[in-house]
Amino acid sequence: METIKKGSWVRIYDVVLKSTERSPNLPEDTKKVPLEMWNKGFLQKDAEIGDRVTVKTLTNRLVEGKLLEENPTYTHSFGKFVPEILPIGRQLKDILRGGEEDA
Amino acid sequence: MHKDTSYEAVMSRRGEIMKKAVGIDYGSFELAGVAFDYEQMMRKTGYSLEQVQKIQRSTGVGNTPLLELKNLTALARKFSPKGKGARIFIKDEASNPSGSYKARRASTSVYHAKKNGYKGVIAATSGNYGAAVASQAAMHGLETIVIQECYDSRGVGQPEIIEKARKCEAYGAEVVQLTVGPELFYTFLTTLEDTGYFNASLYTPFGIAGVETLGYEIAMDFRELEGKDPDAVICTNAGGGNLTGTARGLIKAGAENTRIIGASVDLSGLHMASDTEFNRKSFTTGHTGFGMPYATWPDRTDVPRSAARPLRYMDEYYLVSQGEVFFMTEALAQIEGLERGPAGNTSLAVAFSLAQEMDEDQTIVVQETEYTGAGKHLQPQLSFARENGIEIFRGNPQEEIPGKNIILPSHPELIKVRPVDLKKMKTSYVKNTVKKNAIEQFSQDEMVFLQEEVKLDKVKLEAILKDLSIKY
Ligand SMILES: Cc1ncc(COP(=O)(O)O)c(C=O)c1O
Repeated sequence: METIKKGSWVRIYDVVLKSTERSPNLPEDTKKVPLEMWNKGFLQKDAEIGDRVTVKTLTNRLVEGKLLEENPTYTHSFGKFVPEILPIGRQLKDILRGGEEDA
Repeated sequence: MHKDTSYEAVMSRRGEIMKKAVGIDYGSFELAGVAFDYEQMMRKTGYSLEQVQKIQRSTGVGNTPLLELKNLTALARKFSPKGKGARIFIKDEASNPSGSYKARRASTSVYHAKKNGYKGVIAATSGNYGAAVASQAAMHGLETIVIQECYDSRGVGQPEIIEKARKCEAYGAEVVQLTVGPELFYTFLTTLEDTGYFNASLYTPFGIAGVETLGYEIAMDFRELEGKDPDAVICTNAGGGNLTGTARGLIKAGAENTRIIGASVDLSGLHMASDTEFNRKSFTTGHTGFGMPYATWPDRTDVPRSAARPLRYMDEYYLVSQGEVFFMTEALAQIEGLERGPAGNTSLAVAFSLAQEMDEDQTIVVQETEYTGAGKHLQPQLSFARENGIEIFRGNPQEEIPGKNIILPSHPELIKVRPVDLKKMKTSYVKNTVKKNAIEQFSQDEMVFLQEEVKLDKVKLEAILKDLSIKY
């Protein structure tokens, strides 16, 4: 496996509370799963994906967790096109112009 | 030397941790029994309106444009009875530095943290508030940590929340992301203890005082534009700070006759702490999952006494569906040329429907907009809903079932708000007070407090107590 170098910007993962340690007042589905955490920071030692590591976060805190990825990327977007939205604008303009819409 | 960090141990240190992290002695405002001196708390620990204006001016917050939505008004009049169809205005809060009214709420907290020598601030929020705190902290040279509830147990996150994480990081904040559950509070406490940072809570007097300028500006802008006060101001309502601060600002401006209206997206039936239902909703704020519990029991927040107490100010409260808000978001872009985020348009959907019942010489102000972008936009939010098995189609929005479908109105005429029975909410507030405090009988002083808390005269409050068979 590829080694990720000390100082790299990485994303980590950890379990904060096991399902048995969670608050007693939870819906059944939530009770069954652990409380999990993700954070990002600078890797403190060379490591491989999956290793337990320490990172220094943007506020200079040392946080431990499992190494997930290097240079984590934002992948949120405008999603897949939702065709149901398209006719709305044309319909409203038609109504404003006094015609009846056929959208 | 190491402190016990088990769940129970940390929770039991809660009071001590919070006191250090907000620096307010809440005990000094407590009165006999269930009562406390709300106005004294706001005066002693908040900032005056003039001070807040000064703080906000120095960080580019506030003084946002007030725009008239002429085309939306014209559209509403197409479906109004003769002589009806109030004029709709909007306060474009998206033009604040971080893209929402939350910049106002963060400005005073972060200023206060800086003044009191804190090195950083922490906020527990999945919403616009994180970006607001991070932006203000960047201006003041403070560190920021934002703690978000973001993912379900599959690791799938709401696109809107992921976008907000990106925005926080864009301002240099550390973002801690968690799966669903109220134990976020545990992580919040350990992080406060670990760093000694200031808790930029949404619910301190600092935050609410920061929102008062919004109500004040609306009154002032409106008088300049129209020479009178607006007939109604509509506030998107979740935790209640938006409505509370705005209403207080309007009152400070002397706009005593303006109706204060709350608006929330109807998510009834979805459990907010449920892992499997988390991604079956398409709104992460401004919805009933916060609106109802926070109004009927405000002191459920991270601080002992919440400064957000919407039942003190709310004259009316209406619900709209997710589909109606998405439709109005598209309408705002298409016929008004304003592309803004969906959650902030909850109050716009309510305005569009209410305008049709109000006289045409009357006026409504929608008190905010919020920024939009990847993830935080009707397109990705609807696309995400569809991927999570929610049916999306055009039809009658009154038939929408939260968590099952989202119905985009097939015609704007079908947008119809549903009034909430405020008397029921006030009754529920009283019931919660009785239950949480094991009350057998209310004293005269407590009765005065309760009247203010639920905005009722003595006779109406007594009627509720009689219905509940509670002595006073
Ligand atoms: C854009 C926007 N509008 C309205 C609200 C609701 O504010 P509050 O929680 O104070 O009721 C929020 C807060 O989450 C928000 O971000």
